[in-house]
Amino acid sequence: MSFEQLVFYAFAGISSLAALMMITVRNPVKAALWLVLTFISAAGVWLLAESEFLGLVLILVYVGAVMVLFLFVVMMLDINLAEMKEGFAQYAPVGALVALVVFGLIYLVVGPEHFGLDKTGLPVTHGPDYSNTKEIAVPLYTQHAYAFVLAAVLLLVGIVAAIALTLRRRGPRDALYQDIDAQVRVRAEDRLTMVKMAPEVEPDVSSKNEEEEGAK
Amino acid sequence: MFETLQHWLSTWMWDWLAVLITILIQAVVIILPLMLVVAYLTYAERKVIAYMQVRMGPNRVGPYGLLQPIADAVKLLFKEVVLPSQSNIYLFLIAPVLAIAPAIAVWAAIPFAEGWVVADIDAGVLYVLAISSITVYGVVVSGWASNSKYAFLGALRSSAQKISYEIAMGFALVTVLMVADTMNLTQIVEGQKGGIWHWYLIPLLPMFVVYFISGVAETNRAPFDIAEGESEIVAGFHVEYSGMAFAVFFLAEYAMMILISYMTAIMFLGGWWSPFEGIPVLETLFAWVPGFWWLALKVAFLLFTFLWFRATFPRYRYDQLMRLGWKVFIPLTIVWVFVVMLLHYYKVGPWFN
Repeated sequence: MSFEQLVFYAFAGISSLAALMMITVRNPVKAALWLVLTFISAAGVWLLAESEFLGLVLILVYVGAVMVLFLFVVMMLDINLAEMKEGFAQYAPVGALVALVVFGLIYLVVGPEHFGLDKTGLPVTHGPDYSNTKEIAVPLYTQHAYAFVLAAVLLLVGIVAAIALTLRRRGPRDALYQDIDAQVRVRAEDRLTMVKMAPEVEPDVSSKNEEEEGAK
Repeated sequence: MFETLQHWLSTWMWDWLAVLITILIQAVVIILPLMLVVAYLTYAERKVIAYMQVRMGPNRVGPYGLLQPIADAVKLLFKEVVLPSQSNIYLFLIAPVLAIAPAIAVWAAIPFAEGWVVADIDAGVLYVLAISSITVYGVVVSGWASNSKYAFLGALRSSAQKISYEIAMGFALVTVLMVADTMNLTQIVEGQKGGIWHWYLIPLLPMFVVYFISGVAETNRAPFDIAEGESEIVAGFHVEYSGMAFAVFFLAEYAMMILISYMTAIMFLGGWWSPFEGIPVLETLFAWVPGFWWLALKVAFLLFTFLWFRATFPRYRYDQLMRLGWKVFIPLTIVWVFVVMLLHYYKVGPWFN
């Protein structure tokens, strides 16, 4: 067994186990964390398949940003686990049917008759000079430039729509706003006045002290 | 050196075991000095801030207080790890691991000098960004598992801050990649060879500033340490942690500080190249200094500025911090990506040779 095989089985095993845990565990926060583990181990498998760009971007985008936001939402929900369990028996047959249909569809598409070394051949292994990033970048920005730009515009529209949905001007009674530009522009002269004062001279007390001592 | 070791090991044991042992030894060779540097960084922090505030700093344990970090470590090791009731114990204990594991794993791709790198991978910058983005889970999980309001608020603040500043950092790095034409960290440093005026600091000065300030925010250091904000939420996400569990968060934070300094030095300050390169007399005078020490010196200076910031600036307010990240840094970096793109396209500037 080579070291790559060992790493592959470790990542593949963890990823399958974590995916299974993600759908069986009751607590949604824990489910999200198992999903994160699935992503990370899947990224490891991709790295082994010499697609380091995809693997690292999977971690960067999904693990580093998307799932954190997911966790944000899920953590702040007040979920009653007992309520969630209600109606499980009622919906179980329908769920099982849907699961079977989906499994059958997936099996038809990616069943063993389409995959296997005799169908696809051994994957080509590349030397250390091979850069997966460049291999992806060149077709993405030449051949598929139109689709790429289109996807970018779609995402932008999505962002604008999401912000527009949540944006509402609240009156000064509902929320307090600060004019940050005014706060930044403030200078010491606006708030602080330097006052010139004549120095207050202490009355000379040394002679008095001497007198007191003399009296003693 | 490690290749010969691995070769020798594989002559009398399984191949995979030989690779595993070699990787473990490489990890130890990096982690042990790193932990030592972290320990003395805490000492340096206390001393530097103390002198800036006209105090003595730690001076009781050992000469000049030099054994203070060791004493602190021993103290923390022997303290009890209190498990809060009603907390989620597994996640509570996993959270510090989630914080420190990426903070250490990142170092695999960092070159310390010419050829001194564990994994000289092609997508080095991407690897560092990806792995350091996982550190946020330590914060989020600890905040949620503690079952405490302060910890939860601290975790939310901190993770929002980390995600926001990661974007600005990523864009700042994109400009470096455009100038350097590579994502390999070693090649980025190679591209800055030939004197101080070839460092990317000069053409990308605003990006250097943005990257370093975002780095300070990314590591939750003052003046951006609202995650801890002791006047508001006690100590943020690690308020329920004690003993070694707390120390692990601490180690992770300082390891990330050193990492940000290394990345800044590699990306913008010429890595291991001497600043006197190309200057007639000084170059020969300092030719004996190995590249490792030049890089270490630059990193030490950047770490000093971390401490300097902490002693100088008051803490940012949360909305100001978010405004700085989203409304100042991100637009600035996006504009600079386009500026560098145009410069690159029209072959302007002396740095595209």
